[in-house]
Amino acid sequence: MREALEGSQAIARAVSLAKPDVVAAYPITPQTHIVENLSKLVADGNLHTEFVSVESEFSAASVVLGAAAAGARAYTASASQGILLMSEVMFNIAGLRIPLVMTIANRAVGGPLNIWNDQSDTMAVRDSGWIQLHCISNQEAVDTTIQAFRLAQETELPVAVNMDGFVLTHTMEVIDMPDQADVDKFLPPFEFARKLDPANPSTMGTLVDPNWFSEVRHSHHAAMGKALPKIEEIDKLFAKQFGRASGGLLTVEGDKKAKVAILAMGSVVGTMMAGYEDYKDEMPARIVKLRAFRPFPAKALRDALKGCEKLVVIDRAISPGLGGVLGTEVSAVLSTMDNAPKVYNYALGLGGRDIQASTYKDLLKAIENPKAPRFSIFDVDLKKLPPEDR
Amino acid sequence: MAPRSDNSTRLSELRKKHGRPPASPSEPKAEMSPTLREEQPRFRGLESGHRACQGCGEALAARLVMESAGPDVMVANATGCLEVFSTPWPQSAWRVPWIHSLFENASAVASGMEAAMKAKGKNTKVLSFGGDGATYDIGFQSLSGMLERHHNVLYVTYDNEAYMNTGIQRSSSTPHAASTTTSPAGAERMGKRHLKKDLLSIVAAHHIPYAASASVAYPADLQRKVRYAMGVEGPTFLVIHSPCPLGWRHDSALTVEIARRGVECGLFPLVELERGALTNIMPIRNPRPVSDYLELQGRFAHLFKKNDYRAVEELDHLQALADHNIATYGLRGDGIDPVDTTGVAQVKRGGPLAGRN
Repeated sequence: MREALEGSQAIARAVSLAKPDVVAAYPITPQTHIVENLSKLVADGNLHTEFVSVESEFSAASVVLGAAAAGARAYTASASQGILLMSEVMFNIAGLRIPLVMTIANRAVGGPLNIWNDQSDTMAVRDSGWIQLHCISNQEAVDTTIQAFRLAQETELPVAVNMDGFVLTHTMEVIDMPDQADVDKFLPPFEFARKLDPANPSTMGTLVDPNWFSEVRHSHHAAMGKALPKIEEIDKLFAKQFGRASGGLLTVEGDKKAKVAILAMGSVVGTMMAGYEDYKDEMPARIVKLRAFRPFPAKALRDALKGCEKLVVIDRAISPGLGGVLGTEVSAVLSTMDNAPKVYNYALGLGGRDIQASTYKDLLKAIENPKAPRFSIFDVDLKKLPPEDR
Repeated sequence: MAPRSDNSTRLSELRKKHGRPPASPSEPKAEMSPTLREEQPRFRGLESGHRACQGCGEALAARLVMESAGPDVMVANATGCLEVFSTPWPQSAWRVPWIHSLFENASAVASGMEAAMKAKGKNTKVLSFGGDGATYDIGFQSLSGMLERHHNVLYVTYDNEAYMNTGIQRSSSTPHAASTTTSPAGAERMGKRHLKKDLLSIVAAHHIPYAASASVAYPADLQRKVRYAMGVEGPTFLVIHSPCPLGWRHDSALTVEIARRGVECGLFPLVELERGALTNIMPIRNPRPVSDYLELQGRFAHLFKKNDYRAVEELDHLQALADHNIATYGLRGDGIDPVDTTGVAQVKRGGPLAGRN
């Protein structure tokens, strides 16, 4: 059914369609409305779940860890400082290979305190071992959330669904909300083969010495590799049942034959697609919409960039002292590609600075200059800084 | 002490008598019959063969807890000695579902497991285990959260009064004046400068159904408390005084003796609180001076240095703390009581209270 919903509200509805057994969350600053909406669904009797209102984000992640380990479908949501507080548990969840789902409403990380949108929170847990998917719209976030529960279950890995804070979470959008009966058909009841069970006791989270640790990491890495085709397969199955896909590992939008391309993740992709519509006659470009950040679809990316000469990678986070995070990874992946495009890595919209459709044109114009920097914070206003900081 | 060769002969005889497998292939195989321990209908949730030190109070306490808790449980264990010595991959000493996540989140993981059981309509009791570091310090917040949310979890803290797994650093449970690697005794310091945190009172202030202290010196009392807690619907808490020969620097044969003296001197009172109110204590039949307890432990050796006025002062201080416990909890018994510190340690047909009205 199509209805106008705020992003957070839509995600709460999507989560309730997945019928989680346990939901845990904490309202750190900044927080989203997702869990408030879930609490209301529980209070109104529209969702039957054990809702655990914990005393910190650290415990939110720990509660869903314990719940999923004990065989329950579990969900949590967080953002920004909350993700950093959770990070130790996030590595643990992934290392123990516990399947559960979390929404990350991407926001900046302090200090200084900034509650607005960028992706520095999720980039801080880049190496946690979670499957990390990025959504460009609330519809995609709803669909990806439902897919994520199936993906977690089939891969026995935790899945983080990233959606930009404010830009998506606080924005009204017309959503085609799936029916419960259809979701029930798509998403089988939760089963976890290694669950804690007194009838079949097992030990989870043991002490692993150097004789075994490399093998543990290898199998985790291999499991992430096996998740690549799963992400595509589940998106296809979803498309078959619901009539729309969310973009598999990545998709190419805009002019698919253009010699220049813009690659990004999250809502900025939508902004760039709007820019393409405005400026396609004078400045056509491919738009690479990256959905899977972990596992990283290296081969699919190289295929998507065949024949491309220049590539702008938009970063919504930076690694101070190096440059962009996504841009650095894309460069690494393209290093094994023949005739790889030249990569221009620009950080944009840090801490919620607005990105306009016209930025599309500005970016493409900038790389026409042969002396264009290979990395910069594109929208920085140096005049605001004292001379010694410029 | 008998010479080593005699000992091995005796072991071999014991093996024959009790039907244990021969120690070497040349030794004749004895007829198999169960040992006394095997004949007892105990649930062995924590199996032998783990890698705890000789005389480990925590291993003894955990075994006693598991025997009483029974098979329909699952355990969330914090990082610490218990986790490390019982689960070196690919081995495990646990016969129950058991999970270790992190140092500071055992209570939250247990909360999630309990929520899962509730969601699935199962009655499996969730236990959560941690040392004093994981409970008094780094996991304090998640413990408080779990108690406040009223999860049906029995939390057991094995209190050996320092971070033993990482090399004997002081915790907020380390007693006053104890020497640890981060509160060493020296020319300027007499060990830990601060007091042991009164965690039991803090836990009881959550007004949970049941909170108690126990000691490895009193296994029957300890197991009664576990059984009681198992029957309670809601959060329950048990702190078990568990000597650590390595960290306390005592002979590993003295674990139980030292634990008993700790109770008898009043420094570790055995009490039970329900909904925040004191409901039971173990009376001390013959209170001992604290020096009886302290003198057996290397961590207090600096308190027995001759001609050091500070040592006398600290001994007086510790005696005052013990006297305070005895007065506060009313630990001084009035005469012979079958469940006081002397009575409860004696085996009596029909149980300690047999013949009592």
